[in-house]
Amino acid sequence: MDYRPEVIDRLSSMFATGRDTFLKDSPELFNRYRESAFGDFLHLGIPDRKNEAYKYTNLEKFLNHQYDDYYFPRPEDFREAERFHCEVEDLDVWNMVLLNGFFPNGEKGLVMLPGGIWVGSMRYAVKQFPALVEKHYNRYIEDGNDGLIPLNTALASDGLFIYAPKNTVYTKPIQIVNLLHSDKDIFVQDRNLVVVEEGAQLSLLSCDHAISPQRFLTNTITEVYVGRNARFEIIRVQNQHNNSGKITHTFIHQERDSYASSNNVSLHGGLVRNATWHHLGGENSETHSYGLFLADKEQHIANFVKVDHTAPNCNSTQLFKGVLDDKSSGAFNGRIMVHKDAQKTNAFQSNNNIILSETARMDTKPQLEIYADDVKCSHGATVGQLDENALFYLRSRGIDAREARLMLMFGFAHEVIQNIPIEALRERIDDLVHKRLRGELSRCASCAVQCN
Amino acid sequence: MEKDQDKVLTEVTSGEYKYGFVTDIETEVIPKGLTEDVVRLISAKKEEPEWMLEFRLKAFRHWLTMKMPTWAHLTIPEIDFQEIIYYAAPVQKKGPDSLSDVDPELLKTFDKLGIPLEEQKHLTGVAVDAVMDSISVKTTFRETLAEMGIIFCSFSEAVREHPTLVQKYLASVVPYTDNFFATLNSAVFSDGSFCYIPKGVRCPMELSTYFRINTSNTGQFERTLLIADEESYVSYLEGCTAPMRDENQLHAAVVEIIAERGAEVKYSTVQNWYPGDKNGKGGIYNFVTKRGICKGDDSKISWTQVETGSAVTWKYPSCILRGNNSTGEFYSVAVTNNYQQADTGTKMIHIGKNTKSTIVSKGISAGFGQNSYRGLVKVLGKAEGARNFSQCDSLLLGDKCGAHTFPYIEVDNPTAIVEHEATTSRIGEDQIFYCNQRGISTEDAIGLIVNGYAREVINKLPMEFAVEAQKLLQISLEGSVG
Repeated sequence: MDYRPEVIDRLSSMFATGRDTFLKDSPELFNRYRESAFGDFLHLGIPDRKNEAYKYTNLEKFLNHQYDDYYFPRPEDFREAERFHCEVEDLDVWNMVLLNGFFPNGEKGLVMLPGGIWVGSMRYAVKQFPALVEKHYNRYIEDGNDGLIPLNTALASDGLFIYAPKNTVYTKPIQIVNLLHSDKDIFVQDRNLVVVEEGAQLSLLSCDHAISPQRFLTNTITEVYVGRNARFEIIRVQNQHNNSGKITHTFIHQERDSYASSNNVSLHGGLVRNATWHHLGGENSETHSYGLFLADKEQHIANFVKVDHTAPNCNSTQLFKGVLDDKSSGAFNGRIMVHKDAQKTNAFQSNNNIILSETARMDTKPQLEIYADDVKCSHGATVGQLDENALFYLRSRGIDAREARLMLMFGFAHEVIQNIPIEALRERIDDLVHKRLRGELSRCASCAVQCN
Repeated sequence: MEKDQDKVLTEVTSGEYKYGFVTDIETEVIPKGLTEDVVRLISAKKEEPEWMLEFRLKAFRHWLTMKMPTWAHLTIPEIDFQEIIYYAAPVQKKGPDSLSDVDPELLKTFDKLGIPLEEQKHLTGVAVDAVMDSISVKTTFRETLAEMGIIFCSFSEAVREHPTLVQKYLASVVPYTDNFFATLNSAVFSDGSFCYIPKGVRCPMELSTYFRINTSNTGQFERTLLIADEESYVSYLEGCTAPMRDENQLHAAVVEIIAERGAEVKYSTVQNWYPGDKNGKGGIYNFVTKRGICKGDDSKISWTQVETGSAVTWKYPSCILRGNNSTGEFYSVAVTNNYQQADTGTKMIHIGKNTKSTIVSKGISAGFGQNSYRGLVKVLGKAEGARNFSQCDSLLLGDKCGAHTFPYIEVDNPTAIVEHEATTSRIGEDQIFYCNQRGISTEDAIGLIVNGYAREVINKLPMEFAVEAQKLLQISLEGSVG
């Protein structure tokens, strides 16, 4: 039976009952788009298998659930968030916490880091930089078929705001910890905006944690503007428990001579879907999209990538890898689109997957759509197992079967990890992956869910 | 140099369609439009038994509930299915016993096309079933084949003479509910070829069907059913042409192949329907459903296609690999020039253990052509040790054309190994320079490179076809390479 009408009813009532809260407490700019966005959502509905982008992803388990009413934080909610400390040692970052998609109130609403980069809450940003936010908010969204995107626009009330004015550079990465903590099951919608102006450089690390065992579903939109000759990096480490779902939509808009990279490492989470759009809007720009996931139990992890070459002389790469165990399933949906005038494009896409168990499943859809002739584009996809010859090689040198398998899998995963630009983090993720592959789930001991 | 190349390209791709003549022959047509009465009329004209009519009506009723699919990467103007004539047949005396009974105009037509209908062309060693508009005109070599127990005849004859075989296998691979065009075909198909290879027989010659659309405003809906019984082998060829006309004509065929244990079927197509003129006017809409099933263990089905014609091609020859150790192959060269559009590829469904499939697809786009590869490789949970290799390359000749790749890979078994790779590029200036340097003109160099590019597929064609295909490739691209 189709579960969707019921969910739409629930969301409609959430929208109706939450209306008073968000109309009062959130920025006028957000409110301006709400009604029409919700109308778009009702028109598009919840994406199902008939939507090509969701062909292999079933949202039912996480969407068809009675979440609590529209969430808006109370001051005491933030106490837990303040206690949280990132466990990665030697990670020299500037750190900030978002709780359930909201910024803690108070002085830290919007701060300027040394070097002139502003970081903080969207709600404060709208007040302090109204023209800037207005110029970029809701401007880079591309997919007109995905109902979850207008749903976020209709419901979000806060999120991360980063503004790197012209030629500003912050040498350390900025770390944002997205904490989920509640005594009720909640549906979180956060809305983020990153503006990196001409010549500026920014590196963003986003970590997801769920610290209470409730069921969470997060539907995130991140819009990124990368100006001329600017540089932007985003690394996501997704480590929520398996009772939570995370759906991200990231739109990266690049001007000429710019550089952007996106790196998604998905370790835990019942449902993870990362959609990343790279729009190469100016000549000579470069973009990279990386992804690694390790899935087991009944996890479903999907990556959707679209790289849009609209200008000549641009380069792009996509590299996505997955290891699937138990009853997990994975999906990859990547597309390179080269528009008519985007000559001299180099675009590469690769997706490799290893299936370890009888019941795991992988679906992949690497696509090329090319309208220019002077291009070099390729894609490759594989689904298979570890190479028997490589295993034999290791075993003939006295390494036992288990260890040999681990080494090969680790090597497989490391190809993606090595692209992470922050060294301390790279080591940490290597370590996490290593433990994950060994079955010593580094976080499970402290996890509240005990989902075994 | 660049200019030079462009000029050569234009020359290479602007070659004329040489099969565009119309045969002036008396043709029996029914009024245009599609209703239940038309379906009944077609069935009555063909003097079909009741079960056949039932099948058609079931399909027709189902078709009424369907909508034309829009998922393909094609721009097709609305087709008015009531404006099409669903049955056209050259008037002739019933059942030509020998060649002398066939209308000489018809013979001339096939002569012009270079189809060896006349028995004296024995040397070519190809048995031909010629289908004009909707009707099978003549099948050669029937007697020779009959001696070995091979049945090769028109579909209507098969319905009359071998009803049990037809009933057993018809729509067993492509059910009447399969898709919009297959359902339409099931309702109105007029003729086609039927072929049965008995157990253990290796068909001594290539079997061939030649399709020709002649009458204007008609749609051609033929149906081919090919059954290879245990341990048999057959190589089957299919060719098609149509006159040049300003309007678009519809061709919606269904091909079903059944390979029993240990059987091997090789199906080759050189599709050269009229592609429309330089401005994209006219041409055939080619919506074809082709599917084979490797029913028994160790069977093999191999599709080879050279697609140079048609204004729009929508075609996915597929293999269902049900028997253990069965093999599916798909080799394709698709050329789109001027305003042609092609959305073509294959489906490989791995069900049995240790099934293997190979996909090699080469797309060539020139002019304003749009060429898409769309394929599915699906490995089901029980398909232990399934293996697939896919390679899809696209070559772009000119900056106004497009080449796209839409592969779908679905793997549900950990022992499967599935690989897909695709590249898109144009002919490198360095390659042309290399040839120029050695005294080969740019035009020849391009021809050389394109031919080398397609060779992997053309090599899979039977001799007679390979030569034709190579020529076709040259004509299709004449004036376009650069």
